[in-house]
Amino acid sequence: MKFLTTNFVKCAVKSCDGSEGSFPLKYENCQLQLEEQDFNPEFIVSMLERLDWNAIIQVASDLGNNLLPSQKPEDIDGNSEMLKDLHSLLIETQIIDGEMVCRNCKHVYYIKNSIASFLLPPHLAK
Amino acid sequence: MKDYLIFLAQSHPQFRKAELESLADLNGIQVDFSNHNIEHPFLLVKLNNDEEAFKLIDRAILAKGIYELWGVGNSFDELHYNIKNNNNLNNLKEPFINSTFKFENLTFQGGKKSRDEQIKIFDNFSYLSFNGKIKMKNPDQIFTILEKYSLGNDLFPLDKPDKLYFGRQINLSARSKGIVEKYDIKKRPYFGTTSFDAELSLFTSNIAQVKKGDLIYDPFVGTGSFLVSSAEFGGITIGSDIEFLTLKGKGPNKRIKDNFDYYKDPLNYIDTLCMDFTNNAFRKNLIFGAIICDPPYGVREGVKVCGSNDENKIGRENILIDGKLAYLRRDYIQPKKMYSLDLLLDDLLQFSSERLEIGSRLCFWMPVANDEDIPTMIPQHKELELIYELVQDFYKWSRRLLVYVKRDKNYNGTTIKSENREGVNNFRERYFHKFSKASKVQ
Repeated sequence: MKFLTTNFVKCAVKSCDGSEGSFPLKYENCQLQLEEQDFNPEFIVSMLERLDWNAIIQVASDLGNNLLPSQKPEDIDGNSEMLKDLHSLLIETQIIDGEMVCRNCKHVYYIKNSIASFLLPPHLAK
Repeated sequence: MKDYLIFLAQSHPQFRKAELESLADLNGIQVDFSNHNIEHPFLLVKLNNDEEAFKLIDRAILAKGIYELWGVGNSFDELHYNIKNNNNLNNLKEPFINSTFKFENLTFQGGKKSRDEQIKIFDNFSYLSFNGKIKMKNPDQIFTILEKYSLGNDLFPLDKPDKLYFGRQINLSARSKGIVEKYDIKKRPYFGTTSFDAELSLFTSNIAQVKKGDLIYDPFVGTGSFLVSSAEFGGITIGSDIEFLTLKGKGPNKRIKDNFDYYKDPLNYIDTLCMDFTNNAFRKNLIFGAIICDPPYGVREGVKVCGSNDENKIGRENILIDGKLAYLRRDYIQPKKMYSLDLLLDDLLQFSSERLEIGSRLCFWMPVANDEDIPTMIPQHKELELIYELVQDFYKWSRRLLVYVKRDKNYNGTTIKSENREGVNNFRERYFHKFSKASKVQ
């Protein structure tokens, strides 16, 4: 699971919809791996528009990175250092194993073999 | 407006018009395709300029190429007469009079010609008197003679063509440039028995109007055929599937991700997640540029969701193991139960109505037994306009590509939910009972 993907997923339990704690999930006991990929600044710029920046900061902090700016970077087309950092964080950082916890219902989801699983037990699947 | 000739592919002729319309719309090109005839390999269209013609055909899967039309005839004599008497001939010729060029001959149902026979045909065009050099490799212009032959009673082509066209090549399609072979399933590092074939995957991505930077979602991703076909057109792709093992692939270098490395577009792949579509984990304000899928109510896989109907299994999630509730443990396996296809389709339409950008498309394939009352089985949602229902016929069943456009709140379309649908689509059960009458339930 790419770091980027953490910005797209919430708790799958229906009764958590709309609750603040269901997004982003809290990432615990994660094993990270850097997987090199070609740097494409244009891709990062366009992806940035889709991101919830507060969630990026929160998940980065869960994973031990507290160096991100508090505001979403703007007009960074020419800022190649920042773009490279974001490329490395969003695209190259893989969570290969770990836990994702909903802050609202406390349900625990697992990441195994780099794949995040959101399958629910019968009493939570509606 | 100028006349252009499209040479169509002889594959899925019933789908060709929808693809051209989708590509025209995607490129903002106004064009009338009402001349399209599924029996006929050529289509005449009027377009503003070469640029429109180029774009219209560039990524087409069910067309071969497009030509600026210089003349038409029912015989070679008539073709030459019409070219010579084309009032516009000098204007058509003038820009290319000194270009390097070659001639080419394409036929529909015609036999192969020897090089000498071809040269004889080309020589008869010498009256065009181009001054440029003939160049076989990468000439500036290619002039093409396209011939249509009919078959005789013996099913062999007749000696003479019954329709001929002459024109200047503007562009060849992705198909003619080998895209279908490139995406051949068996060449991929990872594929499976349910992988959707290359030609129709690419076609579906065209119908979905996937374009550069669009976020494309396949909720029943399997081995990722629609992800790679959408990435080919610049889509940024993400998928989910309830089967963890499918996502895990067949080994360290045989996963969906490896297919993207193989096609050299790894940036166009975001992720695949293990998910029950009906308990979806994507945040609600994540908006997709297209949703494309082949839901698993096919032959090999039934529809499954998380949950259990087995009395003996219910409650097991709450057993304490080593002081921890079973369902919170890493090794807990979530039970799955069968789900109705009709309910799944309701869920798919509702999800699409909430998550698609306005003007974007939902495209999915649905198989049905041919003895069912099919129109009553097609789901509809008031914010989704059903624009195509493309039928691929098999012997006792058919597969349909249903295409919907997301409209805004002011659009008030038809709603047909599962409870309003008269037929019950139990395709899978009927398939296994060989579509017998007895297996048809009401």
